[in-house]
Amino acid sequence: MNSRTEVKTIPVEIDGFQMKVDKGSTILESAHNCGIHIPTMCYLEGLSPYGGCRICSVEVSTDGGKTFRVSASCTYEIHRPIVVKTDTPKIRRIRKMLAELLVASAPNVKLAQDIAARFGINKVRFKMEDNRCILCGLCVRMCHEQMGGKALAFAGRGPEKRVSAPFAIRSEICLNCGGCDSICPGKIIPCQGIKIPGELCGKCIRPDDMPFCCPTGTFGCFCENNPLEIVSQPR
Amino acid sequence: MKRLESIDDLEKLRKAIIGKNKAYIKTVALCGGTGCRAYGSESLKNAFEQALKEHNLSDKVRLIFSGCHGFCEQGPIMIIRPEGIFYSKVTEDHIDLIITETLIKGNIIDSLLYEDPTTGEKMVYEKDIPFYKAQNRIVFGQNGSIDPTNIEDYIAIGGYSALCKVLNGMDPTEIINEIKESGLRGRGGGGFPTWQKWESCRNANGNPKYLVCNCDEGDPGAYMDRSLLEGNPHLVLEGMLIGAYTIGSQEGYIYVRHEYPWAWANAGIAINQAREMGLLGENILGTGFSFDIDIARGGGAFVCGESTALVASLEGRMGEPRDKQHLHTVESGLWEKPTNLNNVETWANVPIIINNGAEWYSKIGTEGSKGTKIFSLVGKVKNTGLVEVPMGISLREIVYDIGGGTPNGTKIKAIQTGGPSGGCIPSSMLDIPVDFDELTKVGSMMGSGGMIVMDEKTCMVDVARYFVKFLKDESCGKCLPCREGLKRMDEILTDIIEGNGSEEQIELLHELALVMKDASLCGLGKTAPNSVLSTLQYFRDEYEAHVIDKKCPAGVCKDLITYSINADACTGCGACKRNCPYEAIEGERRKPHVIILDLCQKCGSCMDVCKFNAVVIS
Repeated sequence: MNSRTEVKTIPVEIDGFQMKVDKGSTILESAHNCGIHIPTMCYLEGLSPYGGCRICSVEVSTDGGKTFRVSASCTYEIHRPIVVKTDTPKIRRIRKMLAELLVASAPNVKLAQDIAARFGINKVRFKMEDNRCILCGLCVRMCHEQMGGKALAFAGRGPEKRVSAPFAIRSEICLNCGGCDSICPGKIIPCQGIKIPGELCGKCIRPDDMPFCCPTGTFGCFCENNPLEIVSQPR
Repeated sequence: MKRLESIDDLEKLRKAIIGKNKAYIKTVALCGGTGCRAYGSESLKNAFEQALKEHNLSDKVRLIFSGCHGFCEQGPIMIIRPEGIFYSKVTEDHIDLIITETLIKGNIIDSLLYEDPTTGEKMVYEKDIPFYKAQNRIVFGQNGSIDPTNIEDYIAIGGYSALCKVLNGMDPTEIINEIKESGLRGRGGGGFPTWQKWESCRNANGNPKYLVCNCDEGDPGAYMDRSLLEGNPHLVLEGMLIGAYTIGSQEGYIYVRHEYPWAWANAGIAINQAREMGLLGENILGTGFSFDIDIARGGGAFVCGESTALVASLEGRMGEPRDKQHLHTVESGLWEKPTNLNNVETWANVPIIINNGAEWYSKIGTEGSKGTKIFSLVGKVKNTGLVEVPMGISLREIVYDIGGGTPNGTKIKAIQTGGPSGGCIPSSMLDIPVDFDELTKVGSMMGSGGMIVMDEKTCMVDVARYFVKFLKDESCGKCLPCREGLKRMDEILTDIIEGNGSEEQIELLHELALVMKDASLCGLGKTAPNSVLSTLQYFRDEYEAHVIDKKCPAGVCKDLITYSINADACTGCGACKRNCPYEAIEGERRKPHVIILDLCQKCGSCMDVCKFNAVVIS
């Protein structure tokens, strides 16, 4: 090994395993590469990390393991030696609470159900809502980064935050490529088992067949079934 | 205005301005700060100018429409120099009296003097007023003696002399050392050592380097950055110039919210004047150093005070923080170039340190926090306004010596510091010194300097909900813990306040708060649960009273209280009956009245009008 490649790798400890990773790679990539699983929601390979869901949070120490700080692993690029713990009581507590918050706000989204099931949540202590969009931002990044368009973006802030086309009118730069639609976790048919608000069965199985257009009409599709105010403009 | 070609030119100009100002026998400084303008000081200024002309005094008396004096409660404030006579609550009716009596004859008008609410003593001079006496106004004090729209005023009081000192042969490393020894820490709330930021920005790779002044102050009730930029914009510009020279930057931005119209207007005037004089732009004072500043107006999002969100907003993107722990803005900030971002107050401290030396500055304050800090003292105190105090002063001194205690002598329950992200400090801790580290230790923070005093009639659950609600609406909504967490916190607190809470919900609130503190993306989310955590820590009994006994001890939460009339104290005057907007009070004249609970909307107007304290809350 010549000296140039040596400079580019950095020694890292993840869950007690010593390894050398490329400089600039993220904790999440490094952990996945060596078989350590970190759950994610808003992350997808090929799109830029967003750091919004925080479910991939891990504990990171930059001082050799003396003090740890919680950080999202998808956005944390490794530039110096660090120690990472991906499965501590604190991290489990954080992920469980985040999963509960997520499924309480969007109980009929498959991904939210999956995550809740993974963390063993059977009862939600918050008031149930029925949002179809979990604001993962995948569609926005898909549109901007992979399709080269900017037909979708976030609008509003706080609880009012939503994905929208500019001025809620279908944008002329939209190529109708369907990239946003294909990536939306909200369009996968959710589990039909929930009957009582606040109860979750925790036995979800991912269905193989995906619908042709988004059934929930979250934002991706512009067909007439879309219940949102996004209307297609006659050209 | 003539362009200044050298440092000598500036000194000559300074002497000329001071000589010119000697022609005036008296100077009248009328406060044009936001508080006093709300009292109508702008029309007062026009009327005063007119009256001076009528009395043929225009060339003998100089009227300055100055920046904020801090004592906003007594506005509009007028100070007559050289004596330093302090007139409060001046109206247009007083103008002729002031001119004929005080300006011409030299008499003092008794009715306009400030009366100490504690002792009832009338104060003539500004320096004697207890509100000012206990302060150390090294940064804020200049506000009252200059017209912010006139660069000559600032030069006359020694302005831009720190810049001259720096340009006259101070090495950048020397300046960083000076700042280091002074112990200046970021006044925006984080308390990060300023020298460290400057040094890493100076050493960072990349060109150009940017300087940003953060004036996106959004805390409810806090307005010190606004008042500084409104009242003394050149001080901030000078600080930025020194910073630019040290770091090697040629371009700077003042990020100020659009809702601060006088702040960006005055800063804009100041920038133009400085440019005309050759104090900004190419080849400043003939030294070859170039630096220019632009104003960027923000859309008024609280989260844009966070450095990465501010940078995003400056670049024209949505004001959302970005999650890059490994990269600081000093290495990759605005347009991915090294960016040094400091708060208005931090920049304003720089020329003062350079002028007076680090040794002098470091004598003020505590071991870990040096210098002074401006707080906006509001809430249940007699004297509200902006106060500048040395670090290490106790909360008690601020509240009682400067603030004068509570208006009705009620007991103080808690003090909330640090704006919406801060915590509530109980009255038992009034003696802790105010500095960055001590406030963090007790679960609050310095923040940008809000300070709200609360008395026994404040419900701490209600206070926590107020701040959570504010933050819920101001959260950018990017990360799940902050967006959903604050929404749920608001829900739980509303349940508790409405009497639908349970003990499990208090536990859930606590659990949620701890997760948010760890998992949120940016500083807003990480500090958002502070108000809940600190009230849970110090006032848990109030939460329990709300959920177990279904009672609000402070008598604030409407769903948990009932109004009634104490028949023994009621004289039957009928004042409550006449004032009740819901006609919920019955009773014959001179006989005890009764509140009909079904009709009562708990507005409290009966309690306000009752002179015999017969209306009680239970």
